[in-house]
Amino acid sequence: MSDQIDVHKVARLGALAIGADEVVAVGQKLNAIVGLFDQLAAINTDGVEPMAHPLDQVQRLRDDVVIEKDIHQYVQQIAPRVEAGLYLVPKVIE
Amino acid sequence: MNFHQMSMVQLAGKLQDKSVSSVELTQYFSDRMAKYDGQINGYITQTPELAMAQAQAADARRAAGETGLLLGMPLAHKDIFCTQDIITTCASKMLANFKAPYNATVVEKLNAVGMVTLGKTNMDEFAMGSTTENSAFGVTRNPWDTAAVPGGSSGGGAAVLAAGLAPIATGTDTGGSIRQPAAFCGVTGIKPTYGSVSRYGMIAYASSLDQGGPMGKTAEDCAHLLAAMAGFDERDSTSAEGDRPDYVGSLNAPLTGLKVGLPKEYFGEGLSDEVRAATLATAAELEKLGATLVDVSLPNTAHAVPAYYVIAPAEASSNLSRYDGVRFGHRCDSPKDLNDLYTRSRAEGFGVEVKRRIMVGAYVLSAGYYDAYYLKAQRVRRLIKEDFMQAFESCDVILGPVAPTPAWKLGEKTSDPTAMYLADIYTIPVNLAGLPAIAMPAGFAGALPIGVQLIGNYFSEPRLLNVAHQFQQATDHHTKTPAAWA
Repeated sequence: MSDQIDVHKVARLGALAIGADEVVAVGQKLNAIVGLFDQLAAINTDGVEPMAHPLDQVQRLRDDVVIEKDIHQYVQQIAPRVEAGLYLVPKVIE
Repeated sequence: MNFHQMSMVQLAGKLQDKSVSSVELTQYFSDRMAKYDGQINGYITQTPELAMAQAQAADARRAAGETGLLLGMPLAHKDIFCTQDIITTCASKMLANFKAPYNATVVEKLNAVGMVTLGKTNMDEFAMGSTTENSAFGVTRNPWDTAAVPGGSSGGGAAVLAAGLAPIATGTDTGGSIRQPAAFCGVTGIKPTYGSVSRYGMIAYASSLDQGGPMGKTAEDCAHLLAAMAGFDERDSTSAEGDRPDYVGSLNAPLTGLKVGLPKEYFGEGLSDEVRAATLATAAELEKLGATLVDVSLPNTAHAVPAYYVIAPAEASSNLSRYDGVRFGHRCDSPKDLNDLYTRSRAEGFGVEVKRRIMVGAYVLSAGYYDAYYLKAQRVRRLIKEDFMQAFESCDVILGPVAPTPAWKLGEKTSDPTAMYLADIYTIPVNLAGLPAIAMPAGFAGALPIGVQLIGNYFSEPRLLNVAHQFQQATDHHTKTPAAWA
């Protein structure tokens, strides 16, 4: 059987604020989902390699040259707040 | 002229013989979209002005001698594909005002052949869902019964096709998100082999499973759109290398000698009588067309749901970590520190199901659980692939249901995510294995359409499209349209 999920911990790992009033309901749903995973433990996978890519393709490498176009001007136009070619974000460090 | 009841290929014939212009066709669909979409909410964003400009450009290209089949054809894009000229929301409050700095490769390719963008279609937020109820922009309704779900996550695309608000659409399929809404709305859709269609600019959900593909009224329509969508892309590190097969050339091949596998695990407990009957009737029809039926077994099918709901959320939790309130999308007001900025922006920007999958993903990847869940699921994934490889030793294509039931009512399963997940049982194994599969209409349960799927070996899309096209030549399920939008 899977352990009971520590909702505060997984919310912290997922960088999600969670209200005190949500914890119980969220925990019930998460535990029901993780309960589905219990059957995995019973499957014999001895000697079976994990499969990360359906075609077992390896990471393709390309030449180390710049291929991206300079889109600085365009991104400046669509950014929420800009100044002197820079991007403004809220002050979060005193 | 009822253009909305014609297939895309029929409409292309009218553009090619110049009995209709792209401007006229675009105006026709724009008018229908404006008039009817309020009843189904299939579009998040409608772009009639952009469409008209693109239509004029397409007509000019045709006047100058170009003859392309897709030139000037109106199209609806799933709102997961980045578009430089149109907001791309992925149906999330997180991206409610997101203007992408570039076009997805799929958008770029379809623009290049002269297709016309009618708008961006509704979906489950970040493609996480099977009903399009998880959209920050309201649910999409099924045109066959507006109290029923259209399926998901590409529910908007399927619904606008069924209601005749677009002649063709793009979708994406991570766990069934093209095939299941196609089945629920009575249209055709193909999920190509993993890596066939570029993921560049297609907002990521689960990168090892995500695959774009076409949705249309017919398999022939899908073949033509897929031919324009697919291809190797340097900018997608998971793009399959080499040339793509000819998706169109073998549509008319006879089915004589075709071996159709019927996996016994796809006809077990939980399958509704109507869907079982429609699937078996499809098998009988294929037999009449020259195919032989073969019993096959996919013994690890039952393990696909847990394996998928470990792997997909794990990849999602990683992919969605980029939404930090700084670089993309929604940002909370007056953050008191960096952590507050991150956690509150994300809690406000993401919907319930997305947050649920991020937490499940964080859990299965966390210290002490990684081996038991994530690594184990990846081993099970290989077993599922090996099941298919074994089956394809005795058959060419596998026939089965798309979903255990026809579309259910809006709200019916929203309180029970595990029940919703279990309904993905027949579509998920295909994604885990990375195989192609096509969903096509095969009958009705009362007023609601039923879909079946054909699954093929890697890069066998031409065969799947051929079988579906021959089936559609011999049957009329795909020609039915919901009376309210006739």
